Amino acid sequence: MADEIATPEPSTTPTEVLERLVVRFAGDSGDGMQLAGNRFTDASALFGNDLATLPSFPAEIRAPAGTLPGVSSFQVQIADYDILTAGDAPDCLVAMNPAALQKNLKDLRQGGTLLINTDAFDERNLAKAGYEEDPLSDGSLDGYRVIKVPMDDLTKKAVDGSGVSGRNVLRSKNFFALGLMAWLFHRPTEPTIAWVEKKFAKLPEVAAANTMAFKAGYNFGITPEATKNTFEVKPAALHPGTYTNVNGNTALAWGLIAASQKSGLPLFYGTYPITPASDVLHELSRHKNFGVRTFQAEDEIAGVGSAIGAAFAGNLAVTGSSGPGIALKSESISLAFMLELPLIVINVQRGGPSTGLPTKPEQSDLLFSLYGRHGESPIPVLAIPTPSEAFEMAIEAARIAIKYMTPVILLSDNYVANGSEPWRLPDLDAIPDIEVTFAENPNGPDGKFLPYLRNVDTFARPWAVPGTPGLEHRIGGLEKDAITGNVSYDPNNHQLMTDTRAWKVSNIANDIPPLEVTGDEDAKVLVLGWGSTFGTIRAAARRVRNEGQKVATAHLRHMNPMPNNLGEVLRSYDKLLIPELNTGQLLKLVRAEFLIDAVGLNKVAGEPFRVVDVTNKILEMVK
Amino acid sequence: MTAPSYTRGDFQTDQEVRWCPGCGDYTILASVQQFLAGLGRPREEFVFISGIGCSSRFPYYVNTYGMHSIHGRAPAIASGVATTRPDLSVWVITGDGDGLSIGGNHLIHALRRNVNLKILLFNNQIYGLTKGQYSPTSEVGKSTKSSPFGSIDYPFNPVSLALGAEASYVARTLDMDRNHTQEILKTAYEHEGSAFIEIYQNCNVFNDKAFIQLTGKEERVHNRIDLEHGKPIVFDGGAKAVVMRGGEATVVDSSSVDPKAILVHDETRPNPSIAFALSRLSHGPYGPTPLGVFRNVQRPAYDAEVNAQVQAASDKLGSGDLHKLIRSHGTWTVEASSSNGG
Repeated sequence: MADEIATPEPSTTPTEVLERLVVRFAGDSGDGMQLAGNRFTDASALFGNDLATLPSFPAEIRAPAGTLPGVSSFQVQIADYDILTAGDAPDCLVAMNPAALQKNLKDLRQGGTLLINTDAFDERNLAKAGYEEDPLSDGSLDGYRVIKVPMDDLTKKAVDGSGVSGRNVLRSKNFFALGLMAWLFHRPTEPTIAWVEKKFAKLPEVAAANTMAFKAGYNFGITPEATKNTFEVKPAALHPGTYTNVNGNTALAWGLIAASQKSGLPLFYGTYPITPASDVLHELSRHKNFGVRTFQAEDEIAGVGSAIGAAFAGNLAVTGSSGPGIALKSESISLAFMLELPLIVINVQRGGPSTGLPTKPEQSDLLFSLYGRHGESPIPVLAIPTPSEAFEMAIEAARIAIKYMTPVILLSDNYVANGSEPWRLPDLDAIPDIEVTFAENPNGPDGKFLPYLRNVDTFARPWAVPGTPGLEHRIGGLEKDAITGNVSYDPNNHQLMTDTRAWKVSNIANDIPPLEVTGDEDAKVLVLGWGSTFGTIRAAARRVRNEGQKVATAHLRHMNPMPNNLGEVLRSYDKLLIPELNTGQLLKLVRAEFLIDAVGLNKVAGEPFRVVDVTNKILEMVK
Repeated sequence: MTAPSYTRGDFQTDQEVRWCPGCGDYTILASVQQFLAGLGRPREEFVFISGIGCSSRFPYYVNTYGMHSIHGRAPAIASGVATTRPDLSVWVITGDGDGLSIGGNHLIHALRRNVNLKILLFNNQIYGLTKGQYSPTSEVGKSTKSSPFGSIDYPFNPVSLALGAEASYVARTLDMDRNHTQEILKTAYEHEGSAFIEIYQNCNVFNDKAFIQLTGKEERVHNRIDLEHGKPIVFDGGAKAVVMRGGEATVVDSSSVDPKAILVHDETRPNPSIAFALSRLSHGPYGPTPLGVFRNVQRPAYDAEVNAQVQAASDKLGSGDLHKLIRSHGTWTVEASSSNGG
């Protein structure tokens, strides 16, 4: 039983210094791989590496133990420079059982490090994973650096005396693996130990067991059986500032709270749990002391319905879901569009259609967001490119919704929502306030209040909140007279209102930043992306330049309306490539709007693009 | 500030009321307008939210804040108003189609949560606005545009449904009985939490005389069972009484039972079983049918609970500090150096 982390003597173990490293933890759903991965990530972040993560969850809560559907994994790329993706392929794979090995080995690069829990490789588990021969002895692992560790046994020995017993003993297995990984990759140990103490403060035996297992794993690394050498990834030269490590769902929730403060409006979140958006609800529900009211409604429609009521009543109203839930909300979003009330609709996209792949990333709701309502109902649409940008984009969504009195769709996806990266904390005071002007006085002749009499600049109608004397009025889903706001079926009026609502939204293009292009000035090929392909496209462009070729990249955050300079930008290149995790949605829009013969790189496989695939496509177009 | 003094006219809008001549909705509108005027509460504090249907045109004709929303969704939308604005008086106007068909789910959850809403369900046992299909309260065998061979749908009993959904206030009234309607409105208004009122409303175009057994001069004497809190339940000029027998509420001849056996109505009984039994005296407006307040119990209203939790969180944790929040996952600092542009 190890109390202390043994300090290796000026080490006889050689250390290889790497620029970057991709690690994947894989095991059964109950093995704690997400936790191990997150701890490794946090330790790396605090050490100063730049990083990006990609968790991979099975959709079921707990598939039968040891089976392939039950495998859960967590991948993180750490680097000494500005890293953009979680990596195409792991350099090091931790496989806690045969199913994890079976599922993930093909991704491990040749010569990569394989850390295996040999205790799990019994006949039953091998059979469940579909192995006829034992891979540990049939030579199939010869191309890798294999570190075999009887983790169950060593964990049991390590936690002896901690106070845990029975099934709980082996639950600390993931900490053993984590400790060994910490030694192997020179990760600081204090953050993990401190975390365990805090997290399990109310369960001292568990805290003790986890800590003992972690230290035992670390110390195991020093023994001669363990490894031939260790690896080091130095801290990255990030921009000066204070950082935290955050995932997209959390950053989005915090951004909504920030928007509430900047606007002075209480935040209302009406929603229904759905993978992968539920964590936004969980995070917001904890912050009641910010005046946040979360409402877990009976269904998706009540989620958005209650938000519409809250908007009518003068709140910063938000609803959130994923594809299937947004589909249910279509009619209600159409109502919000007709009512011209501020409302934020968050769609954390997932694999579709129908129930699809709830825990996998995809970008297939773009056209749905732009057109997925009956009738002519153009709504502003924004898309978040990275986890840390979720904060500022939530604020931007609120700004547009309030200023223009309109629902706004904010797109995220599984990758942004659950992936994490270091986020340089903004200066909160420097974020501008969001101006809110509630109507106070009648705006029409004879002391009347005309609820659809518009602001001349924004074409927003006045926000007259119940409780305000003298402004009693009725709004609804039927078409309205442009001046009086009364129900009207007049043909000219319907044309006018249709055009007016559309114009109000398209005019927002004058209020958003122009599209920026990065890369080579004289490039002939432009790669245009949106949403979570941001990191992959940048990384691919970097590789293209490393091969001596030129390429430019641009990334849209405003999908509707798009920046005013988009056409001009697109036309100044000979070729345009649009990589998307769908069958070509932005592609269709660009071709239709700008009559450009753009080319798509499309993938609908429930996983992000590999950098190498985007790189190869660009190279193909460049040559 | 002195309480405002209103007349019914102050609650009328400039919109031409477009229900069919003879529709029961006119009377309900007048009852509500008169009731609101009599409250002396600032007009701007009232919000009427409706769904879709003839019933749901109502907000356009009441001079308060209002929203004509979408089919079935008014209770959900109204929940967002009521929960965030406990200073307002929020009313839901719905019908047997809007509230019990497409809107059934939102209705039962609003009642279960006890959201502070006054829900007026105009039950005319037909789909009027879409011109005459059967509804969830239409009787079996009814021949309509969509059931030319007779409806095979077994109808809801809305009062039973509301009681089953844990509603803390449940009542039934008739469109034509303006005094009765106003009494019900008053007790509903004073009730803290959800108040569900089923209003039997005559659609003279698509389902005329559906409630004749309760409104006809002859018939109503024999069929109206007026529930009054604290009083023994008797009707038909005293000739009939209601007793509990074998777990059910039953109508008997008053002369055949000991007066002490006659059920005394108690709206405030915590257990809704007897209220439910009373609601089963008739499955619809046929034969002896109870009217009045079935149940009126106290339990915490949803908006009060939501806002109390928010307040308690602030009291315990202090007012939210965004600066601290974004640092709450741990931070590290990168110093300026020659290699990072610092």
